[in-house]
Amino acid sequence: MSMDIAVDGLVFTYPSGVTALGGITVSVPAGQRLAIVGQNGAGKTTLVRHFNGIFQPTEGTVRIGDWDTKGRDIAELAARVGYVFQNPDEQLFARSIRDEVGFGPKNLGVPADEIEARVTAALARSGLVGMEDTHPYHLSLSERKRVALASVLAMETPIVVLDEPTTGQDARGVALIGEVVAELAAEGRTVVAITHDMDFCAENFDRVLVMADGRVIADGTPAEAFSRLDALEDAHVEPPQLERLRTELGWAEPVMSVDEFVGQLKTRA
Amino acid sequence: MTGVHYAYPDADHEVLTGVDLSVDAGQVVGIVGASGAGKTTLAKSIAGFIPHSEGGELTGSVVVDGLKVADATLAQVVSRVGLVTQNPFNQISGAKYTVREEIAFGLENLGVPRDEMSERVDAVGTRLGIRELFERSPYALSGGQMQLVAIASMMIMAPRVLVMDEPTSQLDPSGSRLVFDIVNGLADDGTAVVIFEHKLELLREHADVLHVLADGVIARSGSAREVLADPRTDEWGVGSTRFTRAARRAIEQKLLPATTALPVSLEDAKAVFSK
Ligand SMILES: Nc1ncnc2c1ncn2[C@@H]1O[C@H](COP(=O)(O)OP(=O)(O)OP(=O)(O)O)[C@@H](O)[C@H]1O
Ligand SMILES: [Mg+2]
Repeated sequence: MSMDIAVDGLVFTYPSGVTALGGITVSVPAGQRLAIVGQNGAGKTTLVRHFNGIFQPTEGTVRIGDWDTKGRDIAELAARVGYVFQNPDEQLFARSIRDEVGFGPKNLGVPADEIEARVTAALARSGLVGMEDTHPYHLSLSERKRVALASVLAMETPIVVLDEPTTGQDARGVALIGEVVAELAAEGRTVVAITHDMDFCAENFDRVLVMADGRVIADGTPAEAFSRLDALEDAHVEPPQLERLRTELGWAEPVMSVDEFVGQLKTRA
Repeated sequence: MTGVHYAYPDADHEVLTGVDLSVDAGQVVGIVGASGAGKTTLAKSIAGFIPHSEGGELTGSVVVDGLKVADATLAQVVSRVGLVTQNPFNQISGAKYTVREEIAFGLENLGVPRDEMSERVDAVGTRLGIRELFERSPYALSGGQMQLVAIASMMIMAPRVLVMDEPTSQLDPSGSRLVFDIVNGLADDGTAVVIFEHKLELLREHADVLHVLADGVIARSGSAREVLADPRTDEWGVGSTRFTRAARRAIEQKLLPATTALPVSLEDAKAVFSK
């Protein structure tokens, strides 16, 4: 069965009365790498928290594969959707990294020896080799963020949602997360990532949703989305660095990566 | 800051291994470095939380606005230095029900008169574009909104020295630019600003001086353009902007002369590539 995400007419109002999503319809085919960008408070986190059942729609529906999230709880949805929190301190609770990363698979009923193997593999992928016995409290924020990532990778869910995965990461950390996204996609998993890093977004995703004020205001490939300057402005977003440069240079073709930039430079030489 | 060494309590190695750093009033000083280089530790040492609340052993000397941090109380240091912490969630006092009260909290503790307090809260809120959040609970906010509130809570205290630990990490691109513009404005008014950041393009545009922290020491200092064009940026884990990467690649492929000064910002790159 295909693990498509289908969001239809989604409205969400917080108990305080703030309507964070004003009617969102979007579908994400299984295996896609989708980035969500947009202004602070646009509703990005609120949207993805519907995928794993942290939030239930005020109106509309959210389907994960053949399940309507209505009537499914977080524990059930955890088998299909892994969610890495924006703030790792909301996600992490265990006293060792081994327990933290092993917690999800354990709840899914994975046998003990396989849990250990998954923990080791997930930590390696997250740049935390051999840190099983460290207390998460003693780590820097960027490391805690990667522990949160490892915890979700260990669950091997068909859908992985990353809420601002590159926040606080140094250059190596950002590159590492780009590799994780590529590997997950190569394994056929869906990756949904929220990000404010437009260069990371342009280089690592198939599709970009631009959000403002609880709505999707642009949707397309990175080259398409980053050509919608009106929408980007409304969403407090700017095109990636090299795309801004090629516009300044008056080149006609969009540029989403260093390779594409140098490729175009060559044809002009 | 001279010859500063520091190890956390019970740790077997030092995080800061001899830091010399000076920041003048009116200057915006950027500090970059790999994850684990000691940036947050350095930020807390300037702001007095190290060693005053974290414990551990700090040797060498930290003097802020004429005050020797080691000999002063934390309260004395805090009245001169504001620290915007890395995780805004942890900076919220937990004592207040609205964003407005949260931002006013520091002034309230100093006994600033109501009218003045209210004016200052409005001014800061307007500058950061968060007035519409004023009646919300500080916890009923998105991550980026919380980060703006954390910045507002520090800015309103008008400290002589403002230390910011990755203050734009969760902000959208316009919000990040806004914060850097504000920082330049504060420096023009005489504040000394130390900003720890990964956003190299913004540092190039806004910082007067850039330092690289690597393995607990300042490994390189200079203008952002000089420092970020240094071939060791990858070794230090600092990375480079896409402008720099594109120019490096173009030089490798002989599309640019080997003597090209590496661009860091859009302006630099435009000059290099329009030839
Ligand atoms: N717990 C909450 N209670 C009430 N309102 C909330 C809560 N969390 C977020 N909001 C509000 O809902 C709206 C959408 O917030 P959300 O966290 O989804 O934004 P976001 O796009 O993820 O922003 P950011 O880029 O800053 O993380 C905002 O107006 C925000 O203030
Ligand atoms: Mg968010």
